[in-house]
Amino acid sequence: MKDLIQQIEPLIPAFRRYARALLRNAELADDLVQDCLERIVSRWPQRRDADDTRQWAFAILHNLAIDVMRRRTRRGIHLALDELEEHEMAVPAQQEDRLRHADLMRALDALPQDQRAVVLLISIEDMSYADVARTLDIPIGTVMSRLSRGRERLQRVLDDGSIARVSTVQATPLRRMK
Amino acid sequence: MATDNHRHGAVLEDDLHAFVDELLTDDRRKEVQDYLDRHPDAAALVARLRSQRQTLRNAFAHIADEPVPSRLNVQNIVDGRHSSAESVRRWKIAAAITLALGLGSTGGWFARGAAESPVAGVSALSREAGANYATYAFDTERPVEIDGNHKAQLVSWVSTRLQRHVPVPDLAQAGYRLVGGRLVATEHGPAALFLYDDHQGTRLAVMVRKMTVQPDTPTMQRNEGPFDGYSWADKGLGYSLVGNDRPASLHSLADEVRRQARLSL
Repeated sequence: MKDLIQQIEPLIPAFRRYARALLRNAELADDLVQDCLERIVSRWPQRRDADDTRQWAFAILHNLAIDVMRRRTRRGIHLALDELEEHEMAVPAQQEDRLRHADLMRALDALPQDQRAVVLLISIEDMSYADVARTLDIPIGTVMSRLSRGRERLQRVLDDGSIARVSTVQATPLRRMK
Repeated sequence: MATDNHRHGAVLEDDLHAFVDELLTDDRRKEVQDYLDRHPDAAALVARLRSQRQTLRNAFAHIADEPVPSRLNVQNIVDGRHSSAESVRRWKIAAAITLALGLGSTGGWFARGAAESPVAGVSALSREAGANYATYAFDTERPVEIDGNHKAQLVSWVSTRLQRHVPVPDLAQAGYRLVGGRLVATEHGPAALFLYDDHQGTRLAVMVRKMTVQPDTPTMQRNEGPFDGYSWADKGLGYSLVGNDRPASLHSLADEVRRQARLSL
């Protein structure tokens, strides 16, 4: 168990980041990471030495995330997406940055889930294309086409954010209900 | 560029992505750089992809810098497995005892239920809420199954079992903090029980279940033993608020819960 802690602990910040970028809800994301860690702990003895720990763990996280997202759509339970808090921004919030950040988040949310996963794992988690293919259990050609299509769609929004901005006031369902 | 391609292998879109993602070997990177120097369109695309990548990284960078909550501490999770295995064991023992004691009296219990033929409407709802409040609100070991920090999990659990979206009422304005909640049993199916407390530790409960009888009623006050409660139903979902507070403040809390619940119907 000692090597488990040594190998898994440094990955937790990345798990949280990926989960939150994917689900866009901090609470749900941490629930997901907790489930993932529990699963990692219980499956650790069955892990093969040849497995790359990071990729193996991300595959567990991703599969759990898919379940959550599937349940979320199937049950029609709309959980609030996190609102854009100023403190969440890396850069101090200039109005322009804020809008750009909002556009980016909306564009990301609008991406088909499979493209979003690929774009995030590669752009943010620095995963190699081959590792992404293993993590998502898809051929590498599919990784490349999802990456290309996903980035293209994001780029369209970033290049012309002002158009997307018209629909900004979309409902953020549960949060409003104070 | 035929000769170029022949010499270096054609530069494809995949190469541009890999260039941006810094996944190329040194040799290949030089070749792509060389290509970009001669193709301004491709260079412009690469610049945009790079900026997109950086924007994404910046947008989520802070998450990795946040302190990791203790529930995500691996050591705690490793330790927790032992204690949860232990609690399962304890539960099995408790269940075995209940079974041993209970078998003899089961017949009697059913007979009584049939004789009383409980009313399924708001009065039954109110009685069930009172019983659950009395059981859980004063429990010092484990009043809730899911604590207030995991609201999403709680909502998802009870909503699945009630087959209705059941949001957790927010009573923070009134000075009541969500302790957490659980699924409970009633004579009329599963119910969600949400527990709250104020700064003095006074607890109140909101219980929610489906109503097949009296699906829509006005708010009614009921005394459940020593406790005051307010119950009502909207569109087939019954609510009961039970607490130890003054009836007047419970009433306004009930109004607030009803107002919030209606927003999500």
